[in-house]
Amino acid sequence: MNSALKAGPAAIAPRSERFHKWRSRKDKLARGLIALGGFVVIAAVLLILFYLLYVVVPLFLSASMERSELGVRPQWQGERTAFLALEEQQQVALRVNFNAEAEFFKLDGLQIIESVSLAEKGQKVAVVAGNPGNGGLVAVAFENGKVRLFRHSYKTDFSLGVVLRQIVPSLDYPYGNDLYDLMPDGGITGLAVADSETALVIAAAADGGRVGLSWNEKEESFLSGEVTLQTTLRSMTADFSITAIAVSENHRWLYLGDDTGRVHFIAIDGMREMQAVQVSAVGISRMSMLLGGISVLAGDAGGQITQLFPVRDADNQYRLEIIRRFDAQQSAITEIVPEQRRKGFIALDASGNLAIYHSTAGRVVLQQQLSNGQPTAMALAPRASGLLLLNQNGGADFMRINNEHPEVSFASLWSKVWYENYSQPEYIWQSSASSNEFEPKFSLTPLAFGTLKASLYAMLFALPLALMGAAFTAYFMSPGLRRMVKPTIEVMAALPTVILGFLAGLWFAPYLEENLAGILALVLVIPAGLLVFAWFWTNAEGRFKALVPEGWEPLLLLPVLIVLVMISMQLAGPLQDLFFQGDLRTWLSREAGISYDQRNALVVGCAMGFAVIPTIFSIAEDAIYSVPKSLSDGSLALGATPWQTLVRVILPTASPGMFSAVMIGLGRAVGETMIVLMATGNTPIMDWNLFEGMRTLAANIAVEMPEAAMHSSHYRILFLAALVLFLFTFVVNTGAELIRQRLREKYSSL
Amino acid sequence: MKKLTKWIADGTPWVWLNAAAVSASILLVVGLLILIGARGMGHFWPLPVTKIIYQQADESQVMLAGQIREQEQITARRLRESGVEVAQGSEHVRRYLLKVGNRDINGEDFRWLLEPSIISTSKPYSMVVFERQEWGVFIGLLIGVREDGKLLESADVWGEFQRNLGRVNQLRDEIEDLEKGSIGGVNYRLERLRLKQRGLEMDGSDTVQALAGIASERDELQQEYVRLEGQLGNLYSQLQRDAVVVTTASGRELELPMATIVDAYRPNQMDLADKIGYFFHNAWKFVADDPREANTEGGIFPAIFGTVLMVLLMSVFVTPLGVVAAVYLKEYAHQGLFTRFIRIAVNNLAGVPSIVYGVFGLGFFVYTLGGSIDQLFFREALPAPTFGTGGLFWAALTMALLTLPVVIVSTEEGLSRIPRSIREGSLALGATKWETLWRTVLPMASPGIMTGLILAVARAAGEVAPLMLVGVVKLAPALPLDANAPFLHLERKFMHLGFHIYDVGFQSPNVEAARPLVYATALLLVIVIVLLNLVAIQVRNRLSERYRGLET
Repeated sequence: MNSALKAGPAAIAPRSERFHKWRSRKDKLARGLIALGGFVVIAAVLLILFYLLYVVVPLFLSASMERSELGVRPQWQGERTAFLALEEQQQVALRVNFNAEAEFFKLDGLQIIESVSLAEKGQKVAVVAGNPGNGGLVAVAFENGKVRLFRHSYKTDFSLGVVLRQIVPSLDYPYGNDLYDLMPDGGITGLAVADSETALVIAAAADGGRVGLSWNEKEESFLSGEVTLQTTLRSMTADFSITAIAVSENHRWLYLGDDTGRVHFIAIDGMREMQAVQVSAVGISRMSMLLGGISVLAGDAGGQITQLFPVRDADNQYRLEIIRRFDAQQSAITEIVPEQRRKGFIALDASGNLAIYHSTAGRVVLQQQLSNGQPTAMALAPRASGLLLLNQNGGADFMRINNEHPEVSFASLWSKVWYENYSQPEYIWQSSASSNEFEPKFSLTPLAFGTLKASLYAMLFALPLALMGAAFTAYFMSPGLRRMVKPTIEVMAALPTVILGFLAGLWFAPYLEENLAGILALVLVIPAGLLVFAWFWTNAEGRFKALVPEGWEPLLLLPVLIVLVMISMQLAGPLQDLFFQGDLRTWLSREAGISYDQRNALVVGCAMGFAVIPTIFSIAEDAIYSVPKSLSDGSLALGATPWQTLVRVILPTASPGMFSAVMIGLGRAVGETMIVLMATGNTPIMDWNLFEGMRTLAANIAVEMPEAAMHSSHYRILFLAALVLFLFTFVVNTGAELIRQRLREKYSSL
Repeated sequence: MKKLTKWIADGTPWVWLNAAAVSASILLVVGLLILIGARGMGHFWPLPVTKIIYQQADESQVMLAGQIREQEQITARRLRESGVEVAQGSEHVRRYLLKVGNRDINGEDFRWLLEPSIISTSKPYSMVVFERQEWGVFIGLLIGVREDGKLLESADVWGEFQRNLGRVNQLRDEIEDLEKGSIGGVNYRLERLRLKQRGLEMDGSDTVQALAGIASERDELQQEYVRLEGQLGNLYSQLQRDAVVVTTASGRELELPMATIVDAYRPNQMDLADKIGYFFHNAWKFVADDPREANTEGGIFPAIFGTVLMVLLMSVFVTPLGVVAAVYLKEYAHQGLFTRFIRIAVNNLAGVPSIVYGVFGLGFFVYTLGGSIDQLFFREALPAPTFGTGGLFWAALTMALLTLPVVIVSTEEGLSRIPRSIREGSLALGATKWETLWRTVLPMASPGIMTGLILAVARAAGEVAPLMLVGVVKLAPALPLDANAPFLHLERKFMHLGFHIYDVGFQSPNVEAARPLVYATALLLVIVIVLLNLVAIQVRNRLSERYRGLET
C-alpha cells in the first residue's frame, strides 16, 4: 500500500495486475486442492475394497519351497541315518545313526556340536521313532529287541547378546535310563511311541507278525510331583506281515499296516483286532499319526495316502473309517512327517517326489521333485517353515517352506468337511480352542446361512408394514398427516441399533417367551379385527365419520390397534387351553419337538425388521409419491376406484423403485451387527426353526475379530467374511441405485 | 350382503389395511420411545420401601423390606409345574419382584414374591435406602452413628448421619482429586521418564549426563510421590473413622463403615416435591459420576465424555473431507459416466455394513498404520503398543470414513439446490470460480453441510459395532483428555455410550441389577440422537423453504 502511494498513479496498473494474477493463482490453487481432496476421498473409498482384498488374497496363494544347499559332510557319505530332527530356530539338528550315536550339528557348516552315545559300544540300532505330539521324545529300538527313550531339547543362550545368541542342545532320559525289553528275540522292524499326561505307550513290530507293547501308567507323587511308571508288557502275534505301525495318542488303539493294503484296528486293552480296513490294493508302506494322535495316515506302495480315524457309531462302538484320500504321488511312500502345530503333513515317495498336504482342507498344498535325488532322512521344523534333508552323498539341503494358510480351500470354507471326532461330514464353524492340537473348523456356510435366515425373517416382518405403509402415505394420506409421519419414520431410522438390540434381547425376548401365543395370535387377530372395524366404520353414521377426515385414517386406527393387541393377549389364555394344553411354549418343546431358545430368530426378525422398515419405507414412499399425477388422474377419470388405481396404475409404474427399496433394506439387514449380536445366542447352527438362534457373518466378525491373531488364517477368514459382506451390499445397492436412476428418467419423460 | 361384496370389490379393505400399516409403524416407534422413556426415568425415581411379612415355601415366616420393581400375572399351572403349591381354584397368581438389596447378607438383590403368601405389608416411615460403593444398596433402619468408635448421643440421628455423609463425600472428592490429579500426574511423568531413558538406550545416546539428569528428575518425582502418598494415607484414615449402626428388616444389627456409603434417602418420608427433587439429584449424579461395581452402578460420565470427544474429533476429519469431495464432484469434476459412477459408489458406501468399516479400521488404521507409527516414533515403548492398538484417534478416523457418504450426499444436495443464476451472476461480475464458491455458493449451501454433519454425528454417536474393534473398552483407566501434556491423548482407549449399553446389558455379571441403568443410558442416547435428527430435519426444511422462491 505504502509503496503504491509513493510510486504514484503510474504504478496502479501493475498493482491491479498483480492482484489479478494473485486471484487467478488462488483460483488455480483452490481448483488443485479441491481436486486433490476429491481424489483423496475417492481413493479412500477404493482403499477399503483393496485393503480387504490385500488381506484376503494370501489365503488363496499357493505354497512355495526354496532350496539352499548346506554343504557336504564326508563322514556321512554312505552312512545310513536312523533319525533326524530339527529345532525351532532351524539352526541345530539332531541325527541318530545306526551305531547308536546321537549327533547334534549346526546347519551352518554341518559342524557337530555334541555327540552322545545311546548304548554300549557295538550295540546296533534297529528302528528309531519320534513322538509327533511331544516333539522331543524319541524311542530307539536296538537289534537285541530292547528299547530306550530319550528326549532332545534346546535352550537359547543370550550371554553373548541378542545377535550372537547360541542354541544349546541337550539330551536326557525323562523316564530314566532303563531299557524296555519289548521283543526278547530281537528283529524289530517297526516302532511307535505315544506319550500323554496319563500314560506312555511304546509299541514294536517284528518279523513273523510279532507285536510287543509296553504300557506304562503314570503316577504322580503328590509330595514331590515326581512321575513314576507302572509298566506292563503286552504282546500278540498277527497272522499277516506287518509293514507299518502306529499308536493313538489316547493309548486305546494300535494300528498295523500289512503288505496286502489293509490297516488293522487293534484295541490295546486286550490286544484284540476289532477291524481290518482295506485301504488300498497294494501294500501299506508307511504309517504315521497326524497331530493330536487321532487320525492315522497310511501311505501305500502306489503313492496314495489315506486318512483314517475311529468314528463312534450308533451303538457307541468305534469303527475305523476311511476319511479322505490323497493321491498326488505315484511311487511308494517312504516317509510321512506330520506338522507339529497344524493338521498338515509332508510325504516323500521312493522317486524323490515331495508333497505337502493338509488333512482338513483335503488338499495338496505343494508338490515338488527333489533335484538332489532320494534323501536318506528328513526332518520338519516345529513351525513347519523349514525342512532338512540329508542326501546319499553325505550332503544336506535346507528347504524354506512358505506355507501360511494350508487349512483354507474353497471346499473347507463352503462344503461339508469330515472333522476329527465327528461321525460324519458337517458344516461347522469353530475357530479356536485352547490347544494346538485342536482342528480349526472354518466353514463359512453356517454363518452365511445364519445371515440369510436372520435377514429373511426380518424382511418377512418389515416388508408388509413398510410397503403397505409407504403406499398409503404416498397415495392416500392427507398432506398434513404426511408432514408428521415422515419425520417419525426418520427418527425410527436414526434409532441406534444397539438400543434395538438391547430391547430385543433383554425386554422383548423374555416377554415373547411369556406371551408367545398372544403375540403369534396378533398375526390373525389384527387383520381380522381391522377389517371388522373398517366395515362398521364405513357403515357408521355420517357424523362419526366426519370426525376423521379422509386421509387421516391411521390416527383413527391407533387406538383400534392398541385394543386389538390387548384382545389378542387376552385371547391367548383360552386359545392355549383349547389347542396347546395350556401353554404353547411347553407344548412346542414337549409335543411338537421344536426346541425353543429365548433369543431366537423371531426376536431377531422383529427387531431387525423394525430397523429396516424406515429404509424400505422412505425409498418406496419416494418412488410412489413421484409417480406423475396425470397417471392417477386419468385412471380415476375413467372410473377406477382409488384402490384399483393404486394397484393397477401406480404400483406397476413405481415397482422398480419399490424393488430397489427392498434390495436396499435387504442389504441393511444382511450387514446388521448389534441386533443379531444381542438378540440371538450366536450359535452357528443350520436350522430354519423360527424359535432357534443363529450366528451371522457380521456378528461373527464382531465376536471373534478382537481375538484373532494378526495375519493368522482365522484373521484372514474374518476379513474374507467382511469382504463378502462388502461386495454383497455393494452389488445390491448399486443395482438398486441404477434401477432408481432409470426410474427417475422415466418419470421425467412422462 | 351386496354392499359387502361391493365394499370388497372396491378394494376399500385393502386401503384400511394399508392405513393400519402406517399406524402400526407409528405405534412401534412411539411405543418404543415410551418404553425407553418410562423405564429409563424410572431408574431415577425414589421408590417407596415396603416391609413385608412373607410365608416361605417351608411354612416359615420372614420379614423382608425392599422396593417393588415389577409385578405380573402368571398362570397357576406354570407355578404348579415348577413345584410351587397354589391354592385350588385360582387360575392366576400375581407376583412381585422385590428389590431387597443387601447383597452381602442375602446373596441376591431380587426376590420374587407370590401374592397369596404375603401375610402383611406396611410402609414404615423410617426405612432408609443406602447406596454403597459395593454390594449394591442396603435397605434397613438407621440406629445410630459411631464417630471414632463412640456412638453419638443425639436425638436427630438422621441429621448426624447427613452431616457425616457430607464430610465423607468431601473427603472422597479430595482423595479423587489427589489420586487422579496429582498422583496420576506424577505417575504419568515417571512413565515418560522411563520411556525417555529406554529411548536413549536404544539410540545408544545414553550418556552419563543424560542418565544423571533423568535420575535426578526421577528422584524428585519419587519424593513428590512419597509426599502425596502420605497425604493420601492421611485422607484414607480420616475416611475410615466413622460408621453407622443399622438393622435389616429382620432385625439383624450391623455396622456399615461410612466410607462405603455414597448416598442415602428415606423414600417413605418423601412427599412429591422431595421425590421430584431427588429424581433430578439422581439424574445429575448419573450424568456426572464415574461408574461403580463393574459399571452396574453409579454414573456414566466417562462414557458420555468419550462419545462426545470421539464425535468431535470425527467431525474435524469428516467435515472438510466431505465438503471438499462434494464440491469437487458437483463444481469441478466433468459430469460424465465417471462422476456418475463415483456418485453411485459414494452413495453405496452408506449402505456398506458398519462392521466392515470396523474390520478395515482394525486392519489398516490400527495394525498397519498404527504398527508403523509405533515402529517409527514409539520404539521405546514396544512391545507394548502405543498407536498399534485401538484408540480414540483410530476410532474417530474409522467413524469419519463411515459417515463420509452422509456428509458428501447432503452437501451435494445443498449445492444442487443453489440456482444457476446465482453462480452466473457472481461469475458475470468478474469473480473467479473460487471466489464464487467461497463467497456465495458455500455460504448458501451451509445449511446442507450442517444437515450432513448433524446426521453424521447422530450416526457416529449411535454406532457401536465398528468401535468394538477399534478402541472402545468397557472401563477406561483414564479419560483421553487430562491435565498432563499433551492434554489430548489420541492413543488412549475410551468408553462409549452405545458400547456401555451392550456391555452392561449383556456382559455384566449381574444383568438383573444393572438393567435399570442400561435403560437410563439408552434413554440418554436416544434423547441425544432424536434431538440431533430433529434439528437436522428442521434445518433441511428451513433450507428448502429459503430457496423455494429462488428456484421459480
